[in-house]
Amino acid sequence: MIPTSGIRRALPWLVIVGMFVVWEALCRLFNVPEFVLPLPSQIFAVLAKRWDALLPHAAQTLMTTVVGFIGGVIAGTLIGIAIGSSRLVYEAMYPLLVGFYSIPKVAVVPILVVWFGSGTVPAVITSLVICIFPVVVNVATGLATTEPELEDVLRALGASKSDILWGVGIPRSMPYLFASLKIAITLAFVGTVISETVAANRGIGNMMIIASSNIDVPLVFAGLFILAFMGIALYAAFAMLEQRMPGWAMRKSEFVN
Amino acid sequence: MTASFVSLDAVDLTYRAGEGQGTLALKAASLAVGKGEFAAIVGPSGCGKSTVLKLVSGLLRPNRGRVEVGARTVEGPVKIAGMAFQNPTMLPWLTALDNVLVPLKIVQPYRSRFRHERAQYEERARALFKTVGLAGFEDRHPWQLSGGMQQRASLCRALIHEPELLLLDEPFGALDAFTREDLWATLQALCMTRRPTVILVTHDLREAAYLADRIFVMSARPGRVIAAHEVRFPRPRTLDMTFSEAFVALNHALRNEISDARAEAIA
Repeated sequence: MIPTSGIRRALPWLVIVGMFVVWEALCRLFNVPEFVLPLPSQIFAVLAKRWDALLPHAAQTLMTTVVGFIGGVIAGTLIGIAIGSSRLVYEAMYPLLVGFYSIPKVAVVPILVVWFGSGTVPAVITSLVICIFPVVVNVATGLATTEPELEDVLRALGASKSDILWGVGIPRSMPYLFASLKIAITLAFVGTVISETVAANRGIGNMMIIASSNIDVPLVFAGLFILAFMGIALYAAFAMLEQRMPGWAMRKSEFVN
Repeated sequence: MTASFVSLDAVDLTYRAGEGQGTLALKAASLAVGKGEFAAIVGPSGCGKSTVLKLVSGLLRPNRGRVEVGARTVEGPVKIAGMAFQNPTMLPWLTALDNVLVPLKIVQPYRSRFRHERAQYEERARALFKTVGLAGFEDRHPWQLSGGMQQRASLCRALIHEPELLLLDEPFGALDAFTREDLWATLQALCMTRRPTVILVTHDLREAAYLADRIFVMSARPGRVIAAHEVRFPRPRTLDMTFSEAFVALNHALRNEISDARAEAIA
């Protein structure tokens, strides 16, 4: 039987609810102690009870992530344009970028703490640094894969390099940029939480570290739930933005010729 | 023939692909096209026909010899040329009309007037759309147009800034036979009113004979011009004419020259 579209849309939600039900049932069945794995119902109770205390932490994490993300997208776009528009810069910079990206970002946090102290600044910078790479790579790829014929049309008219960049390269790389945003926002989120767990006095990451040292496991899980929810919401927001891109970006396969 | 407007004088061109020798595309290629003349270049595939266009437009510089356009040596993009390729190369994020307006945003003196005279330029583009049979499709995006329609729009873009020189690189190559013949007539009509100098690169000998005043035949790679034919059929030429004895004879002659050139290359 082929499910109707209504059931299809409901399925993911059913799976999520089902997961909580199974979790709850197994914990009760095997009498799992609270400090190992709390019941979902306990976690939701903690969320409801401590909402007022949790909200500022959530706001802090969200703010840090968004600021880092915006910085990362701006810097990433500029670097991507610089790299993608010149073969020379591309070849010169690429190994450095790959090397830089392969450093585990947690390892950078202590250095940032030395430079900027603990708190919001290193968290913003960590999230910026971690989300810059997909943006750079996508924008550079968009530019570097521009069809030479498309550029020739303008070049033959005597267009300058910047004419071609603004007229062809940048618009052409926009879908690539938008595709990278949903990856970048998720990574920015990771960067924020990493930094908060290492060196901060606010934010969900910090709260979770403190709760875990107090063995307040339900509160740790409450933090995890908040992170999961915010992560999904931000991803969904940018996935939607990508969907709303003009038709040409989505219809590559329908091109004639 | 009048004094030449476009000329190649003993031009060599080598494509360098990384290390090594590179590919010699043209060897001592010479040709001359008079002002307002319609020239076609035919030859075996890979003989450097498109390279000739790139040299004339200034997108490539010769390794040896001289390329002249309008009595000046070509040293960079010539700016007076309109180009159309086999691929319509429309910018997918712009409407057909905006695509056609692109040259006016680049080429002087239109460029600095563009903001003020946009309405007027749009009017001009619409008129051009009508001549090529695209009226009503101005606000569609390229991916909403068929291949033939995109190619018509691409022709409009090549013509919008009223270039003195029109460079066409197999613009009808990817179209079906009927659309292609339609566009021959359209192009002929446009050229008869505007009289640009045209260089058309094509594989289609009928197309060359129908459109051109002068046909250059190139050898296999490394390419050079091995024959030139003047085509004297009266204009406007018709499709019926393409079945006349003289037309078929010309086609036959061209065909034999190209076959010989290919045979020579293999031997």
